[in-house]
Amino acid sequence: MKLSGTVHKYGVNVDTDAIIPARYLNVSEGAELAKHAMEGIDVQFVNRVSAGDFIVAGANFGCGSSREHAPLAIKASGVACVVAGSFARIFFRNAINIGLPILTCEEVVAGTESGDTLEIDLETGRIRNVTRGTVYRAQPYPQFMLELIAAGGLIEHTRARLKARGVIP
Amino acid sequence: MTLAEKILAAHAGKARVDPGELVNARVDLVLSNDITAPIAIREFRRIGVSRVFDPRKVVMVPDHFTPNKDILSAEQARLVRDFALEQGLVYFEVGRMGIEHVLLPEQGLVLPGDVVIGADSHTCTYGALGAFSTGMGSTDIASAMASGEIWMKVPATIRFVYRGSLPQWVGGKDLILHTIGDIGVDGALYSAMEFSGEAVRNLSMDGRFTMANMAIEAGAKAGLFAVDEATEEYVRDRARRPYQVYQPDRDAGYERVVEYDISRIEPQVACPHSPANTRPVSQVGGIEIDQAVIGSCTNGRLEDLRIAARVLRGRQVHPRVRCIVIPGSQRVYLEALREGLMEVFVGSGAAVSTPTCGPCLGGYMGVLAAGERCVSTTNRNFVGRMGSPQSEVYLSNPAVAAASAVAGRIVSPVEVAG
Repeated sequence: MKLSGTVHKYGVNVDTDAIIPARYLNVSEGAELAKHAMEGIDVQFVNRVSAGDFIVAGANFGCGSSREHAPLAIKASGVACVVAGSFARIFFRNAINIGLPILTCEEVVAGTESGDTLEIDLETGRIRNVTRGTVYRAQPYPQFMLELIAAGGLIEHTRARLKARGVIP
Repeated sequence: MTLAEKILAAHAGKARVDPGELVNARVDLVLSNDITAPIAIREFRRIGVSRVFDPRKVVMVPDHFTPNKDILSAEQARLVRDFALEQGLVYFEVGRMGIEHVLLPEQGLVLPGDVVIGADSHTCTYGALGAFSTGMGSTDIASAMASGEIWMKVPATIRFVYRGSLPQWVGGKDLILHTIGDIGVDGALYSAMEFSGEAVRNLSMDGRFTMANMAIEAGAKAGLFAVDEATEEYVRDRARRPYQVYQPDRDAGYERVVEYDISRIEPQVACPHSPANTRPVSQVGGIEIDQAVIGSCTNGRLEDLRIAARVLRGRQVHPRVRCIVIPGSQRVYLEALREGLMEVFVGSGAAVSTPTCGPCLGGYMGVLAAGERCVSTTNRNFVGRMGSPQSEVYLSNPAVAAASAVAGRIVSPVEVAG
């Protein structure tokens, strides 16, 4: 799938309290959470973001709490993909599990600024900065991750496994 | 194999595992709380099974926004309670509960050699018992509640060796803050931390829980201690099922080994806005504070309250400061009451609360206004963590927090209590 959108860029160690402050965790619906996406670091994000945009950030994106509300808020805000230098491990799992596309690529972070237009091919991991005319390649997903994504996410994958075992008819 | 590798191999039914390998591991306990369980329950229903894999191995603890802080939190707590009762899960109601990571070990629900996953990043706390425990999101928890298994990538292990003996007023919190300050908030990303050396062998179980608890603050998947006499002593009267003790091999393969001589370190303070922004307390510069919080899954255990009481006994909280003390569990609360610690806290002008995560994540029971500063025994000092994005959080051990509450500024306990 080829995506095209505008970049919102942030620094390193963007934590889950920045992505969705805990005071909003008394709800769990994506649409509600999206009203406060990135509020801890950028109160204007929700006013600027358009469907199909990208977040580009430095290393250790999504560090801190295990709250799945963080990728849910980003996804429901319309962001089509997060590209970061690296991801905190719980955020990485959560994003895959809820179907928020994420790519790891250090070089694109260095060569991209807010407002740039990117084209991202999720299948190949090819990222083109249209504004600057540069091309990058993100790290490929491990094989197991591709199977999870192909199955439609962890819940579908689990259901298939339990069906195969006869736990679910 | 390292400790983490041995436990994962046993739970994956393999003789050996190596770092980077993907395994499907059997889980001994699956945990969630009033914030993360609602999503886990929603996803669990989508899988299409009617019952959890084993209700004795699924725990739900309402601890984050409870006693209910507002109507929406009350709705979430009710959803969790209804599901827990419907499924017959292990569940602790307000008045009997505690902060999950204080409560579960105390109740003997986590034992050495276990694999535990929890929808809370501080699930890594149980590594203090020689268990492999790690935080995950709600959907992973839903999958494990249905199947009793979880996929995991075997982490590489970094071994930390702490030499020397602990100086006065220095404890587990200072060792882990010192470590995170050294390696950074992603210094152990995707890895397991294995804590060893004579300084941690002499550390109490409460101090070890504090260290393992903050492994996530270095990006780690788990933080583990090998089982010794102190661990056995801790679980002896608590275990109600058999357990297996694993020890790391002498020739285990570590990604690297980091050594510290801690004989001369001071109590450590993590300054805003990162747990890695760590300095010795003498170099913090006497920052004036508005609030001091003593509690949480990091430092809400009996030893922590004893240390805080030792500093506060016969002294008064500074007139400008709100000091909030939160025992980590109902049992900690009762023990502290019996030992006379509560009289010290209340007499010194501190507010004492029933167990809750409340202020640590800016939920309630101590939210900060713009421009306010708080010294806290909790685990995170990110921007806005405890309230206004214009507030500041300084992380410390209970002695520093108590001494700072008295002085009205961040000071060494030596200055207040000698």
